[in-house]
Amino acid sequence: MIPLPESPMPARGRFELRTWYVSLLLMSCGPRQDTGCLAQIKEIEGTSYASNQKAGTITTAEPTIEKETRSEEDLDVPWQVVVHNDPVNLMSYVTMVFQRVFGYPREKAERHMLEVHHKGQSILWSGMREPAELYVQQLHGYLLLATLEKVS
Amino acid sequence: MEIRWRNDKIELSELDPFLTELLRQIPASADTSGAPAAEQRLFSSPTNGKETEFCSEWKMYVEPELRRLFQTATQTVAADLEQLNGNEKSLANRILRIPAKHADAWLSTLNQARLVIAAKNNFTENELNDHFRSPIGSRRDLSLFQVNFYGFLQEFILREMAS
Repeated sequence: MIPLPESPMPARGRFELRTWYVSLLLMSCGPRQDTGCLAQIKEIEGTSYASNQKAGTITTAEPTIEKETRSEEDLDVPWQVVVHNDPVNLMSYVTMVFQRVFGYPREKAERHMLEVHHKGQSILWSGMREPAELYVQQLHGYLLLATLEKVS
Repeated sequence: MEIRWRNDKIELSELDPFLTELLRQIPASADTSGAPAAEQRLFSSPTNGKETEFCSEWKMYVEPELRRLFQTATQTVAADLEQLNGNEKSLANRILRIPAKHADAWLSTLNQARLVIAAKNNFTENELNDHFRSPIGSRRDLSLFQVNFYGFLQEFILREMAS
């Protein structure tokens, strides 16, 4: 993750080109709604997500079709949502995403963001597999590098 | 270029032709076509490689949904940028007004563009942190400048949203 520079992009909302000699010839180079596909899979399996907006809140519906795609062991083992460092995403952006997806207060979101930045990754959440999948899906919607991993 | 929040809109004024052109290139810059590295970054693996069944489900069901999500955001941005259409002469001192309700779409598209440009150019972390690299003398320098400029816009939008 990268912090924004103070110059040439000052924080006062003014962007100066300064002495950047640019040929316009070079110029020829050349929400939000959340996704719900895994939720569809879960519906087929008899479980539906109540809301994508409130990540992690799920309700179980009456199962109509029994279709086992994963072992019970998989569902019982605790899973964790891991976010990995990438050199492009802004620190402030990552913090905002953590606040939005997990509902963390700013301080906690910043702590995780800094852990990602300094240690290369941070465990954002752990628990049941299905909400973990949904979290990963949301994080990918925000273009963060996130993975679902078994708690070892 | 001046950027400020005004009447529920983000207003970019005093735009010179160069920055105007950079803004107009945002949607095209977010396009991963023909760039496997960029494609791989935008649609990264949801696991550490051990969950093959989950990965194939993800590819089949989630990835298309993510594509739609990103495309919708890009289309919103492209529509806002139509304000900048015109001949080159008229590009001087143009104003771009972005409705507040489009802020999320802008954040997403600017992020897509930055990630795609960085992946296409394979920028190192040192390069990305070298904000004083100048003057722009090559395509690579220009791309790095784009990443930083789009980052500046993101930062402004984030700060305004937070306040």
